[in-house]
Amino acid sequence: MVFKKLKCFVKRNVASIVFSGWVWGCGVFVLLIFLELIFELFFQGRRAFFTFGTDFFIRSVWNPVNQEYSARAALIGTLVTSIIGVAVALPLSFGCAYSLTELLPSKISQCLTVAIRLLAAVPSIIFGMWGFFILVPLMSDYVQPFLKTTLGTMPYIGALFSGGTFGVGMLTAGLILAIMITPYTTAVMQDAFANVPALLKESAYSLGATQWEVMRRVVLPRLQKIIIGGIVLGWGRALGETMAVTFVIGNAHHIGWSLFMPSNTIASLIALEFPESASEGLRMSSLMALGAILMLISFIVLFCAQWLLKRAVKN
Amino acid sequence: MHIESVSRMVVGHIGKQVLFVIALSSVIAIGVSEISCAQKVKSITGVGSTFAGPLYQNWAEGAEKEIGVQVNYQPLGSGAGRNQIISKTVSFGALDVPTSVEKLTKNNLVQFPTAIGGIAVVVNIPNIKHHMLRLTGPIIADIYSGKIKKWNDPKITEINKDVVLEDLDIAPIYRADGSGTTQVFTSYLVKESHNWAETYGSNTSIAWPLGIGGRGNGSVASMVKNIKGSIGYVEFAYALQNHLCMVQLKDSAGEYITLTEDSLRAAAKTADWVHSKNFNVDLINIVGENAWPIVSTTYVLVPAYNQNSKGVVKFFRWAFDKGDGIAYTLHYVPLPIFVKEKIEKTWEYAGITPNNS
Repeated sequence: MVFKKLKCFVKRNVASIVFSGWVWGCGVFVLLIFLELIFELFFQGRRAFFTFGTDFFIRSVWNPVNQEYSARAALIGTLVTSIIGVAVALPLSFGCAYSLTELLPSKISQCLTVAIRLLAAVPSIIFGMWGFFILVPLMSDYVQPFLKTTLGTMPYIGALFSGGTFGVGMLTAGLILAIMITPYTTAVMQDAFANVPALLKESAYSLGATQWEVMRRVVLPRLQKIIIGGIVLGWGRALGETMAVTFVIGNAHHIGWSLFMPSNTIASLIALEFPESASEGLRMSSLMALGAILMLISFIVLFCAQWLLKRAVKN
Repeated sequence: MHIESVSRMVVGHIGKQVLFVIALSSVIAIGVSEISCAQKVKSITGVGSTFAGPLYQNWAEGAEKEIGVQVNYQPLGSGAGRNQIISKTVSFGALDVPTSVEKLTKNNLVQFPTAIGGIAVVVNIPNIKHHMLRLTGPIIADIYSGKIKKWNDPKITEINKDVVLEDLDIAPIYRADGSGTTQVFTSYLVKESHNWAETYGSNTSIAWPLGIGGRGNGSVASMVKNIKGSIGYVEFAYALQNHLCMVQLKDSAGEYITLTEDSLRAAAKTADWVHSKNFNVDLINIVGENAWPIVSTTYVLVPAYNQNSKGVVKFFRWAFDKGDGIAYTLHYVPLPIFVKEKIEKTWEYAGITPNNS
């Protein structure tokens, strides 16, 4: 009797047990990979951390001849380019998303939405090549000389737009990143705008509010957090972008005020130096340490994004 | 450039996999007698120098057709070549720089050269054409260390009286990835400028004080092409393919030399191959008539007394015998005959000469 019951129980539940086991296994597996990755990066990078200590973050030298390495130049390059990217992408994607959901006729907006989503599917190396062959000459011939003669002559901010106008550098890299993250932030914002109840907007319009007033007083207050969340999500992507940046940033270990100067990002530095670094060497260890730092930054940024988005949903 | 080579690699790879599958299925279908037949087609793998990549890949095509040796060469960089041959994960490693005797004996490796190449100094200045501009080693060192900032600097105009140089910023361009090309170029600067030797030295990548970095020869070439006022260094073949404006360099005798296949061959012939150990010759700034000063040799490393190495030797023996034409069309300079003879003896000595099969 008991045996029969057990048999019945197993028969009924075998699929369920197998399924839940498989799903659990997958989840644990991904978590393990994630933890192992973090551990491995720090473990491999320990030699760099121990050898250079705080110098690793303070100095800006990268000298394979004397075996001196540090993270600061690449760290600053990473942050500056990604912040430029976000700063340019924010108004761009806000405008795109707002016009697509609120202003344009639905047929046109559907076509444009598809076009923007397609932009997200373009491999980053394509952006790199496009940036190198199209954007760099444009920057060196028109944009940078223009900025240099206008903004470059102003006090304080003039330093940001000084130096040689060679086309490559942090500004160009930031612009490429802006174009690359715009589709993501646009998609997040589009969803957000579509979720604002039509009733609210229509009542505002019926009270005689202009488009600006509706956007400023009705739509924006409801969506602040979700927009910030979307932007931070795009920022996370900009931080880790490698190939497109490598093409246009100029790959130099410099720290300077000018945005025209060539610089470096962590991801692009790792990609460049990895093949020629002897395994077990100090350079390889420094690259691993840089990888660990990049991972930490991305982790913090993405965590903030999730937190903001979650809070926005709750409200 | 990159895309092309990558796609070629991918296609080659897929092709080989398909071949393998076909070979495997035929083995299964026909039976045991086929296995011995399949084993006869030797397959060797190599990793290393990007500089020698096009040469080895083209040689591999020829060798597969004529002697049935299948070579899979991955141009991942000299550093990767060294790492992987030491850990013996590949049949041969290819490097643009000679390896020290201690390292060779410690890892039981044999080193031999395969071809010679030149490094061109290229510029992008309006109205300056091929071989019009003259430069010297110390001037290039000053440009790359930021002491000379404009093309109309007196030091440059002094030796270029017959060309007009305008007031243009110099944009020095270098290889951002570690590379044998940088090693050779910086070794040249070390020899030419005392100051450079003390401050920066030579390595596969160094701490450049200023300038813009490009990834690979191709990227440096297109940066020079793209950026007005730039100066860069690339392999000879890339300078020709991209129609870049090369400069003349002053040799140790005070003559200005243009980079051509002849001036490369002149450098290759003058080198002291006979007395060199492990073919470790210094071709930089060599004293000789019409010899280009920045010349590099590309090497191959194989394990001594190893069955796999025999396949490698079979491949390179064919290449030395029949591959000179291919090398010339790709703008490499083949080794002089007496060097090839010396390499043959080295193989014998290391016990990796293939049996006549």
